[in-house]
Amino acid sequence: MSDESPPVSPEDQQPIPPEDPAALDVTAPAAPAAEARAISGGRRPRLGRLVIESIVEGNTVVVTTLAIVAAIVAGGLLIAFTSPAVLSAWGKLFSDPGNAFAQAWDAAAGAYVAMFEGSIFNPHTVGAIFQQKSLGTAFSDGTVAQVFNPLSETAVNATPLILAGLSVALAFRAGLFNIGAQSQFIGGAIVCTWLGFGVSLPPFIHVVVCVVGAFVGGAVLGWLVGWLKAATGAHEVIVTIMLNYVMADFLSWILGTSSMQRPGRSDLVSPLIANDAHLPLLLGSQLRVNASFLVALACAVGVWWLLNRSTIGFEFKSVGANASAARSAGMSVSRTWILVMLIAGGLAGLASTAVVQGTDFTLTFQSYGTFGIDAITVALLGRARPGGVVLAALLFGALHAGGIAMQASTSTPLTITTVIQSLVVLFVATPPLVRAMFRLHRATARGGAQSLAKGWNG
Amino acid sequence: MTALARPAGLSFRLDRRILAPATFIVFGLIDILGFGMYAHHGDATFAFAPEFAKVTIPNLSLPADLTCYACGALSLVAGVLRGTLPLSKTWRRVLLGLVLFAFVIALLCWADAGQLIPVNVVNLLEQTLAASIPLILGALAGCMCERSGVINIAIEGQLLFGAFAAAVATSYFGFLWLGVIVGSLAGGLLGAMLAVFAIRYLVDQVVLGVVLNVFASGLTGFLYDRALVPYQNSLNSPATYLPLKIPLLGDIPIIGPVLFDSTIFLYITYVLLILVQVGLFSTRWGLRIRAVGEHPLAADTVGIRVLSTRYTAVIIGGLIAGIGGAYLTVGSAGNFSPDMSSGMGYIALAALIFGRWTPFGALAAALLFGFTLELQSVLGTLNVPIPSYILNMAPYVATIIAVAGLVGRVRAPAADGRPYVKA
Amino acid sequence: MRLELRGITKRYGALVANDGIDLVVEPGQIHALLGENGAGKTTLMNVLYGLTQPDEGAILTDGEPVTLRSPKDAIAVGFGMVHQHFMLVPVFTVAENVTLGSERTRGLGLLDQRAMRREVLDLSERYGLRVDPDALIEELPVGVQQRVEIIKALVRDAQVLILDEPTSVLTPGETEELFTIMRQLKAGGRSIIFISHKLKEVQAIADVVTVIRRGQVVGQLPPTASDSELAALMVGRQVVLQVSKTPAKPAEPVLDVRDLRVEDERGHAAVGGVTFEVRAGEILGIAGVQGNGQTELCEALMGLRPVTAGSVHLGGRDITSEKPRQRIRDGIGYVPEDRQADGLVAAFSVADNMILDVYDRPPYARGIALNLGAAKENAQARVEQFDVRTTSVETPAGTLSGGNQQKVILAREFGRDLRVLLASQPTRGLDVGSIEFVHKRIISERDKGVAVIIISAELDEIYALADRIAVMYEGQITGFRPPSVPVEELGLLMAGADPSGSGAAARAEPGPAVTEPADEPVEPGLGEEIL
Repeated sequence: MSDESPPVSPEDQQPIPPEDPAALDVTAPAAPAAEARAISGGRRPRLGRLVIESIVEGNTVVVTTLAIVAAIVAGGLLIAFTSPAVLSAWGKLFSDPGNAFAQAWDAAAGAYVAMFEGSIFNPHTVGAIFQQKSLGTAFSDGTVAQVFNPLSETAVNATPLILAGLSVALAFRAGLFNIGAQSQFIGGAIVCTWLGFGVSLPPFIHVVVCVVGAFVGGAVLGWLVGWLKAATGAHEVIVTIMLNYVMADFLSWILGTSSMQRPGRSDLVSPLIANDAHLPLLLGSQLRVNASFLVALACAVGVWWLLNRSTIGFEFKSVGANASAARSAGMSVSRTWILVMLIAGGLAGLASTAVVQGTDFTLTFQSYGTFGIDAITVALLGRARPGGVVLAALLFGALHAGGIAMQASTSTPLTITTVIQSLVVLFVATPPLVRAMFRLHRATARGGAQSLAKGWNG
Repeated sequence: MTALARPAGLSFRLDRRILAPATFIVFGLIDILGFGMYAHHGDATFAFAPEFAKVTIPNLSLPADLTCYACGALSLVAGVLRGTLPLSKTWRRVLLGLVLFAFVIALLCWADAGQLIPVNVVNLLEQTLAASIPLILGALAGCMCERSGVINIAIEGQLLFGAFAAAVATSYFGFLWLGVIVGSLAGGLLGAMLAVFAIRYLVDQVVLGVVLNVFASGLTGFLYDRALVPYQNSLNSPATYLPLKIPLLGDIPIIGPVLFDSTIFLYITYVLLILVQVGLFSTRWGLRIRAVGEHPLAADTVGIRVLSTRYTAVIIGGLIAGIGGAYLTVGSAGNFSPDMSSGMGYIALAALIFGRWTPFGALAAALLFGFTLELQSVLGTLNVPIPSYILNMAPYVATIIAVAGLVGRVRAPAADGRPYVKA
Repeated sequence: MRLELRGITKRYGALVANDGIDLVVEPGQIHALLGENGAGKTTLMNVLYGLTQPDEGAILTDGEPVTLRSPKDAIAVGFGMVHQHFMLVPVFTVAENVTLGSERTRGLGLLDQRAMRREVLDLSERYGLRVDPDALIEELPVGVQQRVEIIKALVRDAQVLILDEPTSVLTPGETEELFTIMRQLKAGGRSIIFISHKLKEVQAIADVVTVIRRGQVVGQLPPTASDSELAALMVGRQVVLQVSKTPAKPAEPVLDVRDLRVEDERGHAAVGGVTFEVRAGEILGIAGVQGNGQTELCEALMGLRPVTAGSVHLGGRDITSEKPRQRIRDGIGYVPEDRQADGLVAAFSVADNMILDVYDRPPYARGIALNLGAAKENAQARVEQFDVRTTSVETPAGTLSGGNQQKVILAREFGRDLRVLLASQPTRGLDVGSIEFVHKRIISERDKGVAVIIISAELDEIYALADRIAVMYEGQITGFRPPSVPVEELGLLMAGADPSGSGAAARAEPGPAVTEPADEPVEPGLGEEIL
């Protein structure tokens, strides 16, 4: 078998001098890659061996899965040991250890089972079908549809996360940290809602106009952040977080004014949007999943194409990876920042259509929920790649949908989902930590060098 | 992505040299066209003594509209000076201070014009100082971390942890002093997490800070829903500190009640301000911390242990922030509510940057932001026709203006945000 | 102290950086370690200074073995190191830097500023290393900063001083001063290890020369050895001491720079009124120690830095306010001095880096859609053409060696039709083979009719390549000379002195405080070094 890698000689590979911020002549930082090449020797291993090795040696997919497992376990412990029943059982640990562990298990498992039933599949719904007179009746009165309700709810919860997650992820690739998805969401929501009830248009056009309006509303706020950074150097983390608070207050204020408050109500809620501005449902009237899910998936594809197949995406990635080199090669860093934040803001604004046109058909002072925060964890878990973002959004959407059901049936607060999400992301950022937890060998395969460095970058 | 100060070598559209004078001029125009023109006819009265004070000072009445115009004119002149003359650092800061002060005066004049209730300056200062305490402590925490080279965006989470722990500990055990200690330790715990992930696992520090804040918010929120709501009486009803007046100093007119008649948290803040300032800039440990934050390799080559120095600094920062968090519960409101820090951690960070990573610089910035935090309550008592939601925006808008327009050229510690990896 | 290294071996994975190195340094000896970039000199010194541990071998001082786990141990044993890139904190004062790690305190850890100051003044007096203890490092000229580094080592009572490429940042005159200091230290009983890749200097100052190549000691020679002997040992083969270059055939002027003024980040004038022109088919070499405005000049010519006054004309057209992208389209090629920071995106593949400046034009793009296939083909062709050693065009550019990275940049720039080439420090940190390659390529571009500007701090490179030499000092061109100019004259121009002897050279703005005396005559023969 021919040796694929070229001979390693000093002319090609040079040792790493001590990391020196002032060094201008740093020669190849090639030791890990050299090590990898030398060890693997360039022979192609067989598929089975590859699978086993990747599990044992901890490449990114494995690490991610294990991180999720670890976070779920940690969440379970948290649920169990904050339950009064469990705590009192553990008070009598030495007299009745079995009960202590059983109580703990029941609390955690009960919560997670409820979560699963709320997000993926609830066996009881299947049972309900068999109680119907016939399959036909089951279809018509929606019993069959109920089987898919958990999945539908997952999709509904995932949709804004996909869009907001794409927003954060796109900005990441250009080197910017967009924590302002919440403010951009609100901006889009206000425009979308107002167009929804304040303007009357023919049916299909009304939907489209509202969607476009949502994009524009978010894009304006995104543009603002990008412009501030390009013109003044203001750090986008601080500016976007401040804008989150500003827009939240702005939303509360504007919902109390006559222009946006529902007539006859004194609480902060907008008028209902016109029926022909609703997004069409996808699976019948019993399930909430609607066209916004498809819009989100289409946007994911669009963002993928933008990043990997377009000149604009090439610029984004160059500026994100090395702004100085990009500039020396003629790219305009300022223009890139502004453009990427404009698009990212627009995507986060689009996320509001899922809520305003897809499920709620109105706007309240709490409509933005936790989407802005969740978007960050989604983007990080998805490694800022569109495909990853979709998967992460589906996972966290399931977590959320399940969490609502869990809160209803076991009175475990919904906020546990935030804890689990942030733990997943923290664990994912530290492959060494996860490996240590699960006693995995150090990654020596080609992917190893990259996943070792700075867990969330790239 | 990990740099907090402006990336060097990239040119920005608006020259810093235009930005500051332009901001001054904008302030001046607001003073004249906003406050001056729209002020009600009459005088604005400023009262300088709390009721029942030993020493009384007569109220000061100023014609509202004229004062606004004067403030505006002053700001315009300052803007012109700033834009045309080459000024030393000190003069630039003096001008900035003048413009901001003028803006506040104009604002208060407009609010109080023709009203019967005077603006109680003592109350105003007291409230501002009190609101600034978590900002100052947060900024000091950030100062310790960043001077050693670790970006600390997790100040918000540290405040939350501190607030939560202090409330629960005091409520459950009944001892106030325990609240401060436990709060501090909780902040230190989050600081330790930041340290480990940033220093050992080389995670991007900006992202890490945000995720830790999400974690802190989620965890405290969950525990609140799970434990504090059902068991409110035992777990979420802490006693709170009462003001403690320092004899003699507390009786000085105007500044006495403001500076020397407050909860113990203010006095702790004074002490910490001095400790951090002296510690960082006049002691051996401070020199080493700063060396590690500027040029860790150079420090390493003279035998300084870079990583353990960073760990120490970050954890100390966490402990300080935890005290700030404790103030939010046992130092003022009492019980804990979810996300009660409302962005103060981020504002503290902005104050630190604005204050150029020095304790007393951050103090000045924090007082400014503290004033904006109190704006809603200050103007609320004066029946000002601005909706409360808009007033609530003030601190956040102020922060944006600060980091965008007024910060100018700052130099973060050179190795800030860059993990140190030994060869 | 007698220092002995026995069998020092250090491996980084499969690469053996140091292979069984034996070295003996007698007390009071200036021992030169000669080798090209990448030979393993720096690794050896890192081992000696405790920054890294050897895999095999021993270090003995006066016959006793010592283990050095960190720089602290090395300092304790009596080693002092003056690094090539100074280990000084720019925002601290001289006194703070010198005493860092062994600060003088007066109770409670409070720094004793006065004692620190006194210490610095003491030492500087004793060895003639004049420095101001309260000056901020970042405001000192490089030569003075180096003195601070030396004082830092002496303050800890170093018996063996290691100087790592100390002359790379000095003018010939400052180099002479350094040699004087070294002789003084030697007279005081200290040993000095002098690491360099410059033959002439080694011959001038060393008592004995050890040559390192590919991690091994390949020979020890007296300083009286000839250039070719030393060079042959250093590189392992007969080296052509001059690049073969047909005489230039300059045609019409292409680039015309008039009275250009550029500011640095802090608003000071970095370039204070520079005027020159470059013709097609000629190489203008701008010589000068780094930090005299060359970087800012280069950036201004590329449009990466705004110009405060003056103009730049390309082929008669005023391009002074053109954006970088337009200048690239006009045919200006740029090889930046920091290839990792400004030249390449390390995370991108070689193929992507090859189109970094032309990705938005056909055939690599149609509208906003990229044509990745064309990019890959292009990269494969260029990789062959320029002999870039890489497994494939999809490997990240950051994993290539320095020489290969530079080849990628050259392949990218030379792949366009150029009218002007701007190359800043084009062979910094490269091994001899790569240096030869780069020089050949630059000359072939010149022969194609491109107007070339080379900015270099290596005088030998300037002498080898330039058809005309300009010298920059403190933001101004102090003189134009033909390549036959003697190096002493060049040295004077580089230090801002007037070679005609009629006083100081004209200066536009007061530069950083210079505390050296007037230059002393330089030793003859310091020029013409091998590539």
